[in-house]
Amino acid sequence: MRTAGSLAVLAAFAGFGCGGGDAQSGGNGESSLQGVASSEPIPESFELGRTATDEEIDTLAIAVMPDGRGLPPGGGTPGEGAEIYAAQCAACHGPEGEGGGGGQLVGRIPGDPFDWGDGMQGPRTIGSFWPHATTVFDYTRRAMPWDRPGSLSDDEVYAVTAYLLFLNELIGEEDEMNAETLPRVVMPAYGRFVPDDREETTRVH
Amino acid sequence: MGRKPLRSTDDAQPGGTPSPEATEVPEKRPGSGRMGRRTFVVGAAGILGAGVLKGLADPAHAQEAQVIVPDDPTKVQGPTASLVGGRSPFEQPERFLHPQLTSSRTPLQELHGTITPSDLHFERHHGGVAHIDPDKYSLLVHGLVERPMVFTLRDLKRFPSQSTVYFMECSGNFPRNASEDTLPQQICGLTSQSEWTGIPLSTLFREVGVLPEATWFLAEGQDAAVMTRSIPVEKAWDDAMIAYGQNGEALRPENGYPARLFLPGWEGNASVKWLRRIELSDGPFQTREETSRYTDPLKDGKVRQFSFVMDARSIITSPCYPDRVEPGWLELRGIAWSGRGRIRSAEISFDEGATWHAADLQEPVLPKAHVRFRYMWKWDGREATVLSRTTDETGYVQPTQQELIEARGVGTRYHLNPITGWRIRTDGSVVYRTEEWA
Repeated sequence: MRTAGSLAVLAAFAGFGCGGGDAQSGGNGESSLQGVASSEPIPESFELGRTATDEEIDTLAIAVMPDGRGLPPGGGTPGEGAEIYAAQCAACHGPEGEGGGGGQLVGRIPGDPFDWGDGMQGPRTIGSFWPHATTVFDYTRRAMPWDRPGSLSDDEVYAVTAYLLFLNELIGEEDEMNAETLPRVVMPAYGRFVPDDREETTRVH
Repeated sequence: MGRKPLRSTDDAQPGGTPSPEATEVPEKRPGSGRMGRRTFVVGAAGILGAGVLKGLADPAHAQEAQVIVPDDPTKVQGPTASLVGGRSPFEQPERFLHPQLTSSRTPLQELHGTITPSDLHFERHHGGVAHIDPDKYSLLVHGLVERPMVFTLRDLKRFPSQSTVYFMECSGNFPRNASEDTLPQQICGLTSQSEWTGIPLSTLFREVGVLPEATWFLAEGQDAAVMTRSIPVEKAWDDAMIAYGQNGEALRPENGYPARLFLPGWEGNASVKWLRRIELSDGPFQTREETSRYTDPLKDGKVRQFSFVMDARSIITSPCYPDRVEPGWLELRGIAWSGRGRIRSAEISFDEGATWHAADLQEPVLPKAHVRFRYMWKWDGREATVLSRTTDETGYVQPTQQELIEARGVGTRYHLNPITGWRIRTDGSVVYRTEEWA
């Protein structure tokens, strides 16, 4: 069963996964899908589902990448964000992001040390632990505020993001955050994250 | 009663809010959910000459408390057939709730075999349980594809299906500095096992025509957290599934109804529930859950990220706290599993790991699945310690806690899979073998 699955994976890679423009052509001898036995030859397409419209993609595709792709038009400043934060965020995260019912968002450790693995104590905040500023915008827009997730406008999310970055002493009081400026904010934790390599060894790692 | 929360000072999330999956196991009354905490009246006082089993202390279970338990079931007709069955009122396994109600743990010590009843599957929610009308459900697949497409639940169910048994484990599944009065449920109840039914994700990727430059995909949920994780595209060509079935029925709402991503052997958070969108991309999105959460500090000033695979682990689930055993033959029972593949062996030690003795593995030994192990042992009544460890087919050996700390430092909270065990005292009481995290 696993062997069949593996063969099908190879077939998927060869015929479809990396096929680029040939993905539609298929038909190069695959007779099974991954993990699926078939009584008849697998067709190029099962002709299920429908093509997505640009509008529905634009509505749903809210994810932001670290280089800024996905950021919407608009912008906001720390000053604007302070008001929104006080009304929408402070009840859980504290007046200055010091935490409360929700997590602590603000705080740096002098020198920005990163010795967490050695048991270093300190708050893991946006300023001390988050490697990308874009994540603040992405997460706030999709999941906050807690009692009304997804209710802030893009400008409001930019403003709250700017305010939090300002409180963490990462940008100036007048700095507007927008699709151009936000990805350029350098976070103290940037470069500290490394990919998992545990499976390269059978040792404890 | 009155046991301390299993929480050390360094376990508290510095940000203030404890991480529900990783930092603490709150108080649980010993015996609660294990032997039944309600008072039953079973006797001859009931109607039809039968006894009435009555829940006196728990109004939430008033309905099931109406079950009639006759003194002699051979002398009275039993209840008729019913539309939906229920457990014996004498059996009341329960998940163990985090005080913030953001997670619950499977009562491993009360289960037989390897399948977790769906209503006891562990939970970890980041925006509560999403309830979704299956007729309104759709899955958008777009990004670096030839044809962005939308699939309804009906569409998904028409593709070639598969049913496979896999464990699902949260990576924050070990309480550091747990005390003696700790149940298996509290040690690693954030792992559960089901037969999952759905379709290979590769089937959908084939339909949309994934472009060669696509190396990652974003999985996004339809819950209040709009949960997102970035996944390497290779997992889709390997064994990733879109699951809509669990143990023969539709997914439970708390497990992602009507459809979820399922990534065999990988940390549970990445298997995004209530899946509404997949976006193929040329890199990871660096979402909140894959940066500030679910990452593992190492002792070299770095933090391990995208640590997906769950390393091999085992636990003895019987005997355990708060059992009281008698001298004589005991069957040591437990489960072992590995996210890397099949379990090769499970072993028992009675001398703190100096020597190990092979336990029997219950066939079939499935890859990326809980395996039941057993070891018959004659306890002589003297104080004893029983430990279990497992080795998977790659040769990875479950480590001691000290080996984990030496490899990674003390600051990590996720992906902890140390050897654990139980102490049996001369009076037969069984307690968790404690180990200070340092």
